[in-house]
Amino acid sequence: MSNYIKLIALGLIALFAAMGINYARDVAYMVHAVIVLLVSGGLFIWTLRKTDEAGGLLDLSGEYMDDVVRYGVIATAFWGVVGFLAGTFIAFQLAFPGLNFEWAQGYANFGRLRPLHTSAVIFAFGGNALIATSFYVVQRTSAARLWGGNLAWFVFWGYQLFIVLAATGYLLGGTQSKEYAEPEWYVDLWLTVVWVAYLAVFLGTIIKRKEPHIYVANWFYLSFIVTVAMLHVVNNLTIPVSIWGSKSVIVWPGVQDAMVQWWYGHNAVGFFLTAGFLGMMYYFIPKQAERPVFSYKLSIIHFWALIFIYIWAGPHHLHYTALPDWASTLGMVFSVVLWMPSWGGMINGLMTLSGAWDKLRTDPIIRMMVISVGFYGMSTFEGPMMSIRAVNSLSHYTDWTIGHVHSGALGWNGMITFGALYFLVPVLWKRDRLYSLKLVNYHFWLATIGIVLYAASMWVTGIMEGLMWREVDANGFLVNSFADTVAAKFPMYVVRGLGGVLYLTGAIIMCYNLWMTVRKAPAKEASLSVAVPAE
Amino acid sequence: MSKKPVQKQEVETTGHSWDGIEEYNNPLPRWWLWTFYLCIIWGIGYTIAYPAWPMINSATAGVMGWSTRANVANDIAAVEEANAPINAKLESVELTAIASDADLNSYAVSAGSAVFKTWCAQCHGSGAAGAVGYPNLLDDDWLWGGSVEEIHETVTVGIRNTENDDARYSEMPAFGRDELLEAAEIDQVVNFVMSLSGEPQDASQVAAGAVVFEDNCSSCHAEDATGDRAQGAPNLADAIWLYGGDYAAIAESVNNARFGVMPPWDSRLTEAQIRAVSVYVHQLGGGE
Repeated sequence: MSNYIKLIALGLIALFAAMGINYARDVAYMVHAVIVLLVSGGLFIWTLRKTDEAGGLLDLSGEYMDDVVRYGVIATAFWGVVGFLAGTFIAFQLAFPGLNFEWAQGYANFGRLRPLHTSAVIFAFGGNALIATSFYVVQRTSAARLWGGNLAWFVFWGYQLFIVLAATGYLLGGTQSKEYAEPEWYVDLWLTVVWVAYLAVFLGTIIKRKEPHIYVANWFYLSFIVTVAMLHVVNNLTIPVSIWGSKSVIVWPGVQDAMVQWWYGHNAVGFFLTAGFLGMMYYFIPKQAERPVFSYKLSIIHFWALIFIYIWAGPHHLHYTALPDWASTLGMVFSVVLWMPSWGGMINGLMTLSGAWDKLRTDPIIRMMVISVGFYGMSTFEGPMMSIRAVNSLSHYTDWTIGHVHSGALGWNGMITFGALYFLVPVLWKRDRLYSLKLVNYHFWLATIGIVLYAASMWVTGIMEGLMWREVDANGFLVNSFADTVAAKFPMYVVRGLGGVLYLTGAIIMCYNLWMTVRKAPAKEASLSVAVPAE
Repeated sequence: MSKKPVQKQEVETTGHSWDGIEEYNNPLPRWWLWTFYLCIIWGIGYTIAYPAWPMINSATAGVMGWSTRANVANDIAAVEEANAPINAKLESVELTAIASDADLNSYAVSAGSAVFKTWCAQCHGSGAAGAVGYPNLLDDDWLWGGSVEEIHETVTVGIRNTENDDARYSEMPAFGRDELLEAAEIDQVVNFVMSLSGEPQDASQVAAGAVVFEDNCSSCHAEDATGDRAQGAPNLADAIWLYGGDYAAIAESVNNARFGVMPPWDSRLTEAQIRAVSVYVHQLGGGE
C-alpha cells in the first residue's frame, strides 16, 4: 500500500520537475529541475520494480542500523576532500588573481567558489560527520536501533540531494546572498523536510532507549538538531518571486534582516560547529581513551550555560554598523560570558585523559583528539576576545576573522572528525585495527602544521591590514589606500595557501588509510552490532 | 569496561554506563566556576555602564552616556575643527602660491594623498602610475595640461562626462567604423604613426601614411603630431601610449576611436579637497 502512495508522490514530483524545466526563469532553477526529475524518476522506477517483491520479514529490531552510518562515513570523507580542495584553490585565487580564469567567469571565479567552499566544509563535511556520528552514538548509548525504519536512509540521501542542489546553485548564481544560508527557497524547503525527519529519527531512538539515562553526547546532538531547525526556518523566511524561478525576497527589512542573519550565522557556529561536535567529543574521547568522563556535574552546567548564552551572542558580528548600540552591547556581553561555558567542554575533554596521558605517545588518534580540543579552547577564547568592541574595531572585516574561523574549523571540527572516522571505520567494517597508524601520524603532523601556517599567516595579515586601514597622519588623513593593504598581504596569502595544501594532503592520506583498512586490515571476529544495554 | 580506572584521589563515578562510558562525579573546577561568576558580574556592570537593555520604546542609554554615533561625529568634528583655519587658507590663496608656502604645501600634499587614495586610486593606481586607458600621472606627458591650474580644472569638471556641463570634451572620429578612411589608408597611417616614435613599422607604408595623417589627423594632433592640449589630443610623437603602442592597439584607436571618461569631483569633494589633490598630483613629478 505504502508503495502506491510513494509512486503517486514520486510521479507528481517528477511531473512538476518536468514542468519546471519548461517554465524555468533562470538557469539554476532549470538545472535543479533536471536533477529533481532524474532523482524522482529514478526512484519511481526503482520503487515500481520492487513493488511485487516480498517484503523484508527479518526482524532487525535487535541489531544496530550501521549501513547508513557506513555511508555517512564515506560521504564525510568524500565531501571533506572536496571542501578542502575548493578552499585551497580559492586561497590561491586570492594570492594569484589570474586563477580566476577568463573562460570560467560567472562559474568558477572566487565569488562563486567561495560559498561552495564554506558550504562544502560546514554542511557537507561537517553535516555528514554529525549525522553519521549522531546515528552511531545514539544507537550505542541508547542500546536501541534507529527509530523509523528507512527514515534514516531518507535523511542521509535527502541531505546529499540538498548538498548537490546547494552546490550547483552557487555555481549557477542561484543564491540568497546570505552567508552560510545561500541556498534559495526551494532548497531551503527541502532541507526543512529532511531536518524534521532527522529530528524524528534521533528523538524516536532516544525515546525507545533501553538505558535509564540519556547520555550527555545526546543532549548536545539534540540541542544542535532542534536549534538548527529553528535558525534555518527563521532566517530563510522568503517569498519566491515566482514558483518557476530561484529568486526570492526575504521578509525581514533592513537592519532586522542583518540581525536575523547573524543570529543565524553565529548560532550556526554555536550549535552546528560547537554543540554538535561537542556531542561527538563526549563519545569518542572517552571511548578512544578508555577513561570515564571527568565530571558529570560540569557536563550538565556547561551544557545548559552554553545553549542559553550562545543564542544571544550574534550581534557581535554587527559592531559599528546600523545596528543600535544596545544590541551590540548585549551581543558582546553574552559573548564574553560564554567563555567559561565553552571551556567547560574543553576541561571535560582534556581532563578525561588524566591518568591516560601516556597514550599521547603511542596513539596518534588520541593525539588528534587532544589537539582538536586544544584548538577548541583556543578559538573559544579568541572569539569572546574578538567580540569586545575595542578589539573588534581592529579585527572586523580583516583576515583575522578568517584565521579565527579556520583555527576552529580546521583545528577543532576537522581534527575531532578525523579522530571519529579513525575510530569508526575499523568498528563499522569489523576490522581488528586501522591499516596503518604511521599514516595517521603523518596525517596528524601535516594537518597540524597546515593549521599553524594558516592561522599564523591570517593573524599577521589581519592585524596588519586592520592597522593599515586605520592609520592616519597628524592632520587626520588616511595614509594607505585599500590597494596598498591588498598588495602588502600577498606573501601571507601564499603561506595560507601552502597551509591548505598540507591540510588537504593529510586528508587524502586519511582517505587512503581508511580505504586500505576496509580492504586489507585483518577482520575482527566478534560482532559489535547487537544492541545490548551496558547496564 | 573491565579495566578499572586509575585515579589518585578516589572519586566515585555516577554509576551510569553507556556503551562502556562512565562518568566521574568530580565537582566543578573552582577556578572555572569563579571565572564564570566574575564574567557574569562584569557583564552586569558593563550593561549598566553602556547602552544595553531594550525597553518598550527605546533602550537603556547607560550611565556613561556612550554612543557610537556621537563618538564618530565628535571625532570628525574635532579633525574638521583643527583643520578649519588651514583649509580656509588653502581655499583662498592663489593655486600657484601654495607651493611656495611650506606649511600649506605639506598640508595640501598629505590631504591630497588621502583624497587620491580614496577616490582616484581605483583608476589611476594607488601609486598614480595609471593603467591601460587611465593616464600615468607621474610623467610629464599631459593630455589636458599639467600646470596646477589645469589639473585643478580637470579634477573639478572631469572629462567627457554627462554630469558636469563644463566637462572637458572632445571626440575622435571612428575612422574605420564610420568608413571615413579605407582599410589600406588606415594601415598606412598606423605605420606612419608608429614610425614617429621609432616603433617597428612597415617602412613602405610610411610615406603614404604621412599624407593620410596630414589630411585627416593633423587638425587635432598637430602637423608634427605632438598633440593639442586644448582638445586633449595626445602627443603621438613620443613613446608614451595610453592604450598601447603596438600595431593592434593603434589600429583599434583609428578604427573605433577611444572615449576615456573621468567623473567631475566638484559635486563630491570640497574645494579644499580638490585643491589638495591637485597640488598632490602636481608635485608627483610631472607638474608644470
